[in-house]
Formats: sequence, C-alpha cells, structure tokens
Amino acid sequence: MPGAHEPLVRVEGLVKHFPLRRGLWSRQAGVVKAVDDVSFDIRRGETLCLVGESGCGKSTTARLILRLLEPTAGKVFFEGKNIFELPAREMRSLRKEMQLIFQDPYASLNARMTVGEIIGEPLVVHKLAKGAALERRVKELLEAVGLASYHAKRYPHEFSGGQRQRIGIARALAVNPKLVVCDEPVSALDVSVQAQVLNLLKDLQDELQLTYLFIAHDLSVVKHMGDRIAVMYLGKIVEVADKASLYQNPQHPYTRALMSAIPIADPTVKRERILLEGDVPSAINPPRGCRFHTRCPIAQEICAIEEPPLRMVGEGHACACHLVPAAASASHPAGAGTKAGVEAAEG
Amino acid sequence: MAKRAGREQNSQTPLLSVRGLRTTFVTDDGIVPAVDGVSFTIDRGTTVGLVGESGCGKSVTSLSIMKLIPWPPGKVEAEEILFDGKDLSRMSEREMRRIRGNEIAMVFQEPMTSLNPVFKIGDQIMEAIILHQKVSKREARERAIELLRMVGIPSPDKRVDEYPHHLSGGMRQRVVIAIALSCNPKLLIADEPTTALDVTIQAQILDLLRRLQEELGMAILLITHDLGVVAEMCQRVIVMYAGKIVEEGPVVPLFQEPAHPYTRGLLASIPKMNEDRPRLTAIPGVVPHPARMPRGCRFHPRCQFAKPICEQLEPPRLPVGEGRFAACWMHTDFEPLEAVPGEVSSSAGRS
Repeated sequence: MPGAHEPLVRVEGLVKHFPLRRGLWSRQAGVVKAVDDVSFDIRRGETLCLVGESGCGKSTTARLILRLLEPTAGKVFFEGKNIFELPAREMRSLRKEMQLIFQDPYASLNARMTVGEIIGEPLVVHKLAKGAALERRVKELLEAVGLASYHAKRYPHEFSGGQRQRIGIARALAVNPKLVVCDEPVSALDVSVQAQVLNLLKDLQDELQLTYLFIAHDLSVVKHMGDRIAVMYLGKIVEVADKASLYQNPQHPYTRALMSAIPIADPTVKRERILLEGDVPSAINPPRGCRFHTRCPIAQEICAIEEPPLRMVGEGHACACHLVPAAASASHPAGAGTKAGVEAAEG
Repeated sequence: MAKRAGREQNSQTPLLSVRGLRTTFVTDDGIVPAVDGVSFTIDRGTTVGLVGESGCGKSVTSLSIMKLIPWPPGKVEAEEILFDGKDLSRMSEREMRRIRGNEIAMVFQEPMTSLNPVFKIGDQIMEAIILHQKVSKREARERAIELLRMVGIPSPDKRVDEYPHHLSGGMRQRVVIAIALSCNPKLLIADEPTTALDVTIQAQILDLLRRLQEELGMAILLITHDLGVVAEMCQRVIVMYAGKIVEEGPVVPLFQEPAHPYTRGLLASIPKMNEDRPRLTAIPGVVPHPARMPRGCRFHPRCQFAKPICEQLEPPRLPVGEGRFAACWMHTDFEPLEAVPGEVSSSAGRS
C-alpha cells in the first residue's frame, strides 16, 4: 500500500529485553522485559502519544523506533523500509528524517558549545550546509522557535529552561525531519513555560507538516497534544484510540484508573476516584496472564491465566482486556491497533 | 489522642501566624531576597496550599518557618512567627529542636533522599519517637509498627526491619509520612510530597494524607506547583510569585474568579482534562532573576493588564472578597500622582 495512505511509521511486534547481569562473570540472571510485543502505526501529520507510568517502556519504544537501540525482535518500517535491516550508511542518511527532543533541557545541550554551534551541528554532520548558508539557516531556526538571531553567539547556561527547550527543538528541526520524537518535552518545565513550549510545538507541526511521536506521563498534556493515544503498562499497549474516543469512553480498567487519578484544577469537580492498590510490578518478572491483573479492580480468574489480545472494541479503538467485549463488526480500520498489530497479538 | 484536646481548647486563634517573613541569601550577585515580606495564617485542622513556580520562594518559606535555613548564606528575619502561641522567630536552636519533628513535621519531595539508606526503616521511625517522647525502645518499636500500618504498608511487622532500598518510591513516601506523624504534629508541612511519584501512586498518597488529617486533626501546609493537587486537597490557597504573596483566599472562589493576573495566567496555562482548547494561554516571558527584580509590581513585565503605576509602586495586599486578598493595583481606586487617571480606570474596567 504505497502513497499517502501508507503510515509514516509502522511498528510490528516490537520486543526489547535487556539482560540482567549479576556476579563476577556477569552471569545473566534474568531479563527486563522493557517492551514486549508492541505494534502500532504513526500516520503522516498526526501526533501519536505514548502514555504510561515510569518503567512502562514508552521511552524504550521511542529509542527503538529511532534505532538508538537494537530490538530483541520485531520490525519498524519507516516509509515502508524496515530500519533494522538498513546498512549503516543508509541508516545514517535516514536519521535526517527522524529527530528527537529530549526531556531535560539542562542535560541535552553541550555546555561548551554556543547555541549556534549546537543548532548547526546536525547540518554539518549531514553535510547540508556550511559557511554563510549555515549561519542563515541557524538564524532562521532560532527565529522559528521564538528566539532571536543574536542568541546564536551565546552559551546554554545563559538561557532559562524554557528557552533551552526551544534550542533543543531548533536543533531537532534543523535537518527538516519528517518524524519528531518528543520524549517528555515539557515535564521539566514550569506550567507557564510549559504552555509556551506546547503552543510552539503545535504551531511548528502545522507550519512544517511534522509527525510527532509524543511521549508523556501527564494525561492532560497528552489530551491537549495528541490525535491518537496509546496507553502502555509494563511493556505492553493496553489501549489505543483516537483522542475523543479514549477520553470520553476509556475501556481498559488501567486507562480508567489512570484518568481518574489525575487531579483536576477545579475544586468544584467531584469525581469517583478509582484507587489502584499497590505498585507497578517489576518488568523482570511481570505477572502471568494480563499484566495488570494484580492491581485490577475487576480482575477475574481468566486474567491471571491468559494474556488478553489487543482487539478492536469500537471504531478506531483497540483494547487488551478479557472483560471488554470485542466490537461486533471486527473491522480493522488502519487506525487504532494496526491490522498487523491485532493479528500479531491474537496469533 | 492527647493532642486533640489541646487543639480544641484554643480553636479561635490560628495555629500558625507568620508576619513579615523575609529570607535573604548572600550570593555572588549581592544579597538576594528569596522571600520578601510574606504574611499568612493557617487555621487548626485545615489544609492550606502554597503554590507557585520554581524559585518563587515557596520552599524557602517553609524552611524559614522551621528555621532550617543555614547561616551563612541564608538569613531569616520576621516580625513574628507565632505557632500555637509561641514565637518561633525568637526561639533558640535548642527550643526549636523540641518543635521540629514533634509539633511541626515535614515531608519532602524526594522519598529516596529523605531516608537514610544504611538504617532499617523501623529504626528511623523509632528515632523520632525516642527523641521526643519518654518511651522504651520496645514501646517505640510497637508504635513504629502501628504507624506503618496506619500509613497503609502491608505486613508492617516484617517491613519494620527492612531497608529503604527494599521499598518502592510510593512505599518510601509512606514511611516518610509515618516518621512525620510519629509524634502527632499539630502542623505537617508537605513540600511537593507527590511530585516524584507516578499519578496512580500520587492518588494513593493524597488519599492517605486526607484520611490521616481527618483522623489526627492536624493542619497541613501543602507546597506544590500542581494546581490540580491544590484544588483537590486544600481549603485555602496562597499563590506566590517572585518571593511575594500575590493572592490568597478560599479555594473555590480563587479558582473560579482569580483576582490576580498571575493566578489567572497560571490557571489558563495548564491543559485541563475537562475542556478542549486548541491553544493554551501562556504567560509571556520568564520569572525574573532574584537579584534583578523589577521595580513596582514584580509581575508587571509579564502582565497584560500592567499600567504605569505597576512599574512604579509595589501593590499592597488588598481585600477582594470574603477572606480573599490580592496584591494588584487593579483592585483599588487609589491613584497616586504617577498614574494617569484614565489608564487606571480603563484597566480596572477590563478586569
């Protein structure tokens, strides 16, 4: 299926297990199942959000999609090409198409480089510009993210957190990428500055037709940014849907609990809160069956035995729960969990 | 509990009354005020939220009350810090030690760093009990187990002999809360108690704090940057900006009709779960550097309602409704000579 209908990124059965080594001879003592059979699509021009609590595998998934990590199993297709099969040279040129914005604006900028050098570096590395053209492009990028061209001569420590995040965004956009992975881009920022950066990301997406993979733990930020949302728990996607469907009609008990746990900044709103018992289990030895069953308020016997497949439960809405009935017309719109993803999960 | 009777005896006066608190630090940029003339009260058994962005002075305020600001470089001055009839600002270090952890307890943001990794959690709880109460080691241990049970730690008689690294972040924060509550404090200062935790764990801890407050009747000063947490937990809110209180009042009217442009800006800039907006309303600019505070109202360079007087004179604390105050020139008809009269009334009209 070539052309505009083809998703920009297709993730199929992605698995990443990290070996856990112990003792003098680094004997392998087990594996951390960070990402365990994850499948989804990222469509052109959309913002797909990956949301979940710490350790659910959202950042590992992002790093696999950028091939900063090699997977244990699975495929990632970028514009139809499986990136894990590409030779190093082709991969390097493909990196122009996919860029990353980091969480920590303090750690992600080299303190010894000027802002101009930081933003210009990707252009130099990929041999896209030099000399006056490079300077011009850096200036253009600085202005695009709401900074001034004279800032190019300054060093990162002269900037506030929000301004540094703008520098990180300018660097990511320097090579005109198609996909930008935003890994918790605002969680280190104060709320008033967070709003500035979120607005900027939205404006840039409209202007440059960017596709975002947006990773966050804050469901209200996700609701503001996302077109579609995938909820992860312990290395698995438990629910995928478009925004309206997910927020109006969450199906998975974990999604429901997560949503009810967010404090709403309105003291007149009184809600029924679903309090989850206990902590997220360890990814070294995740529970059998449904990984959420140890904390699930409605778990049944089957949940501890059999792993629920990700299946369609509504228009563009997929959910991995035994207790949520599948949609009558089991169509697979190329939306929620992809066709491939659903089949992989069922197989 | 014994403390309860005392609480009801003098329920008329506030538990804590801070007046004219000013905390300065000696830095390379000169003497920098982190908290500059802050006054507020906390009533017995209530939860008061102290909100603001990083660097606004909310944590320094709480540490100043506890006299935990090291000199040098920090210096705390106050007209008075009345706690339960005693003026903390005049107390010696020795007297303060009897207050800290006993009558006023604190819970910090990082449950990883507020526990000592080389001591069993039981010993860390017992330390506070033995220090402040005349009990034997055996009794203290039993009290520690009881406290662990109270804060919802499963099988507390086994957990009491474990080390902090055996516990998850949420469980560690429960232990920290257990230590804080070990001496039945009248005031609990919780400084970003859930910021390092995941949302589902945050919900558990907030629920626990609310339940414990009902049971023990203590007052809570909840320091946070999260307006959602404030809306859910607090009866009163104090909003700080650049070392000053800009607004104060009961939670419902303050959230519904914020009186200070900064409060209004903060509320508008957060994405909300119960509404859809294509764009967030950001507050332009950044928080001023403490050594280079603007003249007049400290918020005026970022304020869309700023008028000439705001650049000249610092706004006083003005009443803006039942138990509400805001430090903003919008709420007065007072027109000093510097201000152009027409501008004042037109700006006030816009609000």
